[in-house]
Amino acid sequence: MSAYTAPLADMSFVINQVADLMGVAALPGLEEATPDLVEAILEEAGKLGSEVLAPLNRVGDQQGCVLENGVVRNPDGFKEAYGKFVEGGWNGLPFDPEYGGQGLPWLVSTAVSEIWCSANMAFSLCPALTVGAIELLTTHGTRELKEYYLPRLITGEWNGTMNLTEPQAGSDLGSVRTKAWAVDPSDAAISTFSGMGACYRITGQKIFVTYGDHGLTDNIVHMVLARVAGGPDGVKGLSLFLVPKVLPGAGGSLGKRNDIRNVSLEHKLGIHASPTLVLSYGDDGGAIGFLIGEEQRGIEYIFTMMNNARLGIGLEGVGIAERAYQHARAYAAERLQGRNVENPGGGSVTIDHHPDVRRMLLSMKARTEAMRALAYFSGSCLDKARRLPDPEDRLEQQALVDLLIPVVKAWSTDTGIDVANTGIQVHGGMGYIEETGAAQYLRDARIAAIYEGTNGIQALDLVGRKVARDEGRTVLALAATIKALDKKLATVSGDHNMAVIRGRLRTGVEALNHATRWLVETYPVNVAAVTAGAVYYLHLLGTVTGGWLMARAALAAEAGLAAGEGDLDFLRAKLVTARFYADHQLVGAAALATAFMEGGEIVATSGPELV
Amino acid sequence: MKVLVAIKRVVDFNVNIRVRGDGSGVETNNVKMSMNPFDEIAVEEAIRMREAGTAEEVVAVSIGPAQSAETIRTALAMGADRGIHVLCETQTEPLAVAKLLKAIVEKEDPGLVILGKQAIDDDCNQTGQMLSALLGWAQGAFISKLAVAGGNAEVTREVDGGLEKVSIKIPAVVTVDLRLNEPRYASLPNIMKAKKKPIDQMSPDDLGVDVAPRMKILKVEEPPKRQAGVKVENAAQLVDKLKNEAKVI
Ligand SMILES: Cc1cc2nc3c(=O)[nH]c(=O)nc-3n(C[C@H](O)[C@H](O)[C@H](O)COP(=O)(O)OP(=O)(O)OC[C@H]3O[C@@H](n4cnc5c(N)ncnc54)[C@H](O)[C@@H]3O)c2cc1C
Repeated sequence: MSAYTAPLADMSFVINQVADLMGVAALPGLEEATPDLVEAILEEAGKLGSEVLAPLNRVGDQQGCVLENGVVRNPDGFKEAYGKFVEGGWNGLPFDPEYGGQGLPWLVSTAVSEIWCSANMAFSLCPALTVGAIELLTTHGTRELKEYYLPRLITGEWNGTMNLTEPQAGSDLGSVRTKAWAVDPSDAAISTFSGMGACYRITGQKIFVTYGDHGLTDNIVHMVLARVAGGPDGVKGLSLFLVPKVLPGAGGSLGKRNDIRNVSLEHKLGIHASPTLVLSYGDDGGAIGFLIGEEQRGIEYIFTMMNNARLGIGLEGVGIAERAYQHARAYAAERLQGRNVENPGGGSVTIDHHPDVRRMLLSMKARTEAMRALAYFSGSCLDKARRLPDPEDRLEQQALVDLLIPVVKAWSTDTGIDVANTGIQVHGGMGYIEETGAAQYLRDARIAAIYEGTNGIQALDLVGRKVARDEGRTVLALAATIKALDKKLATVSGDHNMAVIRGRLRTGVEALNHATRWLVETYPVNVAAVTAGAVYYLHLLGTVTGGWLMARAALAAEAGLAAGEGDLDFLRAKLVTARFYADHQLVGAAALATAFMEGGEIVATSGPELV
Repeated sequence: MKVLVAIKRVVDFNVNIRVRGDGSGVETNNVKMSMNPFDEIAVEEAIRMREAGTAEEVVAVSIGPAQSAETIRTALAMGADRGIHVLCETQTEPLAVAKLLKAIVEKEDPGLVILGKQAIDDDCNQTGQMLSALLGWAQGAFISKLAVAGGNAEVTREVDGGLEKVSIKIPAVVTVDLRLNEPRYASLPNIMKAKKKPIDQMSPDDLGVDVAPRMKILKVEEPPKRQAGVKVENAAQLVDKLKNEAKVI
């Protein structure tokens, strides 16, 4: 049995000391988010996560979802758990109070989402996708659509899905073929919902639709990317439609079933409790959908909600890493094997006495804490980008968010997989045995590097749109901020740990600056070489910003220790993880920079026939 | 009718209890603290009474250090209407708590006082009974069912031999057992509303109660570690060991 306890001490520490809750709570509209309220929220979310969602994690993995007579059956307990989640009002945490949300900061939502991901990643995907649908409707939906759908999506009474992918259209959505055509408003079949705005018929097949069907809610709101005839080819010709599983009926009730069919359910490596569907639209003449915004602007709308969605996926990496760490930590404290290397004559010891096992545990812990810090920091920037009073400041924060989101998504999910992998290693043979539970984390974590844009695509986005396009302005400004911490670190460099952290951070940021300058120069002349190593650059940026935030955490911990204030054991442990991170992760920055700058050439100059 | 619920902040039930290095008590510094689980059941019952219309107001009272206000907030987030916090930084014994509660009962005039049957830190199981004696009210301890109608409370008590059903006159004091109900999770909107609900703070002096301990703790120790057992070959060996080693038969 694998228990999960929300790491409330670290969450609160990061929220307050690293992600600037004070600054966020000073933003217009977020004044309610005081530290004591945030703490109470995390505590209660932690209870629901560990007592209701976490116990279903294994049940969900073992039972999975089943398609029976065209209907999806969820694993035992999921419907009741979803009911508790909705009843608790958790779904509406960051949304507009006008439509029933609680209007809390994204920073808080980020931390709370981490709890759902740790407790039960497959469960957490349902509310996570609803977030995307809410964002799209809020920003681009007509008033009528918003009034009908938003309150129900915000409570979670209904869920939202994303229908982008088709067999021939994955990373390249320009190949989407699903068709849409406008319906004459006088058509009797659609007159009942003429109030919803422009009505279309949709036909085509979508694959890999997460929570595309299930028994948790009475209705599902699909966001479908489709092509209206006559438009341009490629992504520019795509429009976005809201296509409900059940159509609106008279007086706000549920009406007829829409023309959508469950074709099949995928069998997957992990997240077994999350149903992944192939959906067929329009077998009986055309599913009815409502246009979101304007025709041919679908991809643009999808991009505006990407930041939140990708932050959410990054949190899956953080959440799984935390869960895997807790599991491995508990096992290592109990498993007796071997003798202490410094006292071979003594009796057997638990494996956490072996330096190599401690290295593994610390590497899990330190990387998880660094990822958490970066994710929460990005959540805080998102709040600032939306709410700072000065438009210039907002733009600056937005540029930072745009830069960091692909890093949070790809670095945290790649690292989450690594951490889950290390978790198995800590268990030895038992790690490979399914009953132990450690293997599920690795299987579940694996998908996060693939969906919502593969990590390779994230790296392309980073080097192209986020760095080359502004000639490195945003990333160099961030690097300068990181460098500026050196002065503060110098004031405590009498402490050995802090001195080491300072030195490693300095080398790391130099590597980042160096690689960035090379990127900006090379991108226009040798794009193949830059993109060949783009993933290294992304990891470099993740490693160094993670190290920067860990150094800030270490400074706060050091100050607390010097003043004798706070949970001293926690603060001492924070210093250790920060130092460990510097010694074991930050040192990799220089190698990542070299691989990026020098490793692209051999790839760029050898074609597919040499692979 | 007004219902008063007494709640205590204790070391969370998930935490492994450690004895302080100097043997003066249990370590509570930087240890996760929560509402006593039996008190959660008490709060839940009171809220259900209000939801069912048998109570109009639920007041949560806690006696303890500054952080006890957080425990009161938890009760408010579950649905209690307001809180009373008697700020008391020193350890309080059941009699002092009962006296403080009595003083609050006299001010608030509730129809029912609900307490957990015991707190999981000291397991005293005394406060409710003492309070009822001090007030001269009827009591129903260890209840697993409660129905208030007219001037009576019908309660089912969990006693050694089984279940005992009694009818007691209200106002009364009841203490609740595990099977009475399953406490709810606080909802997010209620957590946010709880912030705005009032908590009255007062001191034992304000209530005219002397809380100085009557007992002195000499030493707190960990229980002795359990020794590993042995497997016996047969019944004869077992009887032999019980007779000659354990000397119990
Ligand atoms: C479990 C699961 C759930 C999913 N949920 C959803 C969902 O809810 N909604 C939805 O719409 N989709 C969903 N997807 C689809 C997912 O987003 C896609 O699988 C993903 O975007 C990759 O597309 P693809 O599978 O076609 O791979 P491909 O695009 O074929 O990619 C194959 C490989 O080539 C690389 N590659 C492709 N193009 C380039 C390029 N231009 N430059 C460099 N490298 C490139 C990729 O990085 C990858 O390594 C889900 C998928 C899975 C498996």
